[in-house]
Amino acid sequence: MSSAATTAMEQGLQSCDGCGLLSRPAAGEDEGHCPRCGEELAFRKAASIQRTWAYVIAAAICYIPANVLPVLTTSTAAGSESDTIMQGVVLLWSPTGWPLSLIVLFASVMIPSAKILSLAYLLVTIQRGSIRNNGQRVRLYRTVELVGRWSMVDVFVDAFTAALVQLQPLMAVSPGPGLFFFAAVVVLTMLAVESFDPRLIWDASSAEEARDA
Amino acid sequence: MYNEPAADASLLACPDCDLLQRLPNLEQGASARCPRCNHELWRRRDHLRHRTLPLTLAAAVLYLIANTTPMLGLEAVGREASTTVLGGAEHLWHDGRKIVAGLVLFTAVVAPALQIGFMLLITLGARREQPPSWVGTLLRYHPITRIWSMIEVMMLGVLVALIKIAELATVVPGTAMYALGALVFLLAAIQASVDPRDVWLRVEWAAEAEARRGGARTRRAAGAMP
Repeated sequence: MSSAATTAMEQGLQSCDGCGLLSRPAAGEDEGHCPRCGEELAFRKAASIQRTWAYVIAAAICYIPANVLPVLTTSTAAGSESDTIMQGVVLLWSPTGWPLSLIVLFASVMIPSAKILSLAYLLVTIQRGSIRNNGQRVRLYRTVELVGRWSMVDVFVDAFTAALVQLQPLMAVSPGPGLFFFAAVVVLTMLAVESFDPRLIWDASSAEEARDA
Repeated sequence: MYNEPAADASLLACPDCDLLQRLPNLEQGASARCPRCNHELWRRRDHLRHRTLPLTLAAAVLYLIANTTPMLGLEAVGREASTTVLGGAEHLWHDGRKIVAGLVLFTAVVAPALQIGFMLLITLGARREQPPSWVGTLLRYHPITRIWSMIEVMMLGVLVALIKIAELATVVPGTAMYALGALVFLLAAIQASVDPRDVWLRVEWAAEAEARRGGARTRRAAGAMP
C-alpha cells in the first residue's frame, strides 16, 4: 500500500453507517450528526470493544443452560420425556433423517459456539494491537455476520412442533426452559456482531503505516 | 449538531476498514470493491423505478396470505390440528415462554412487515426527483429490519419440524407454506433491484429539511404577530 493510502479518521472525517456520507465534525468535537441522513456519528462505534465483550460473555454464559436444559417436552399416555438440543440431534439421526440432524447440529450447536469463539478471537487480537491477517479477520467477521441468523432455526423448529403437536391426551409437545436460553444466545450474539466495529481490525496497521510514512 | 460535509464530495471511506477512496463510474450491474479489505462498496442497479415497486407490492400480498392462512396441518388417528405463523408464537406465549414468543413474533411477523412496508414507502418516495428526507430516514433503518426479518430461517425451521412430525402423523403443508416459500425469493429479488446509493445522491438532506422546518416555524410565528 502506498503512503497515499489514508483512512477517514486520520483525515478527521467521519463516515456515516447509515448513508455512507463523509463529513467533518465541528472543531474540537468527536461526535456529531450526519447532515444527509441524521444518523449519530463517531469515528468508531461507541465503546465497541467493551459492549461486544459484554454481549459475548453474556452469550457464553447462556450457552451452558441452553445446552443442558431441555428445549422440548413430549407428553404421551406413557409419561413425559424431555430433550435437550443435543438429544434432539441424536433423535433425528436415522437412515433417512440424518441430513436434518446435521442441519440442526450445525445451526444450533456449531454456529453459536463458533460465533462466540470467533468474536472473542477478533476482540483479543484487536486489544493486542495485532497487524497480521487483517484480511482474514475481516472475512471471519463478515462470515459471522452472514451465518449468525441461521442459528434461530431451532427456535422455529421447537415453536412450530409445539404449536402443531397438540393431540391431548394422546400426545402433546411443549417448549422447555432451555429454549429461552438458546434464544438468548442467538439474540446476544447478533447484538455482539452489531456492536462490533470491523474498522478496529485495521487501526493498528493504519497507525503503523502512518509511522513508517 | 450536524457535521460539515467533506469538501470533496466524491470521496468515500470503506465501512469495514475506513480506507479513503474514490468510487469509479460503473456500468449497470457492475460493482466496486475496497482495494484493502475487498468489501463491496457499491453495485450499480438501475431497476428501482421499474422493478422494485411491483416486486414489493407482490411481496406485500404474499405476506398477507402467509399470515392469514394455515401453514401446517396434521392428521393422526382421526384427529386434526393446524397452525398458522401467528399460532406458533401464540402457543409459546400460552405455554409460558413469553419472551421467546415475542422473539418469534418479532422475527417472523413484525420485522418482515416493517421490511416490506419501509421498502414500499422508499420506492414510492424515491420516484420524485428529490425524495423527501423521510425517505432517507426509512432507508437508514431498512437494513436493521432486514437483519431481524427471518422468513427464510423460519422456512427451514418449519421444514425440519414438518419432517420430524411426519414420522408420527400425516402432515399437510398449507397455503401459507407456499406463500412463504415464494416470499423468500421475492425478498431476495427486491434486495437485488435496489441501489441505495442512487437514492442517497438525490434525497433531501436531514440538515436542509430541519432548516426548512425551522424556517417555516419562524415565518408562522412572525405571521401570528399582530
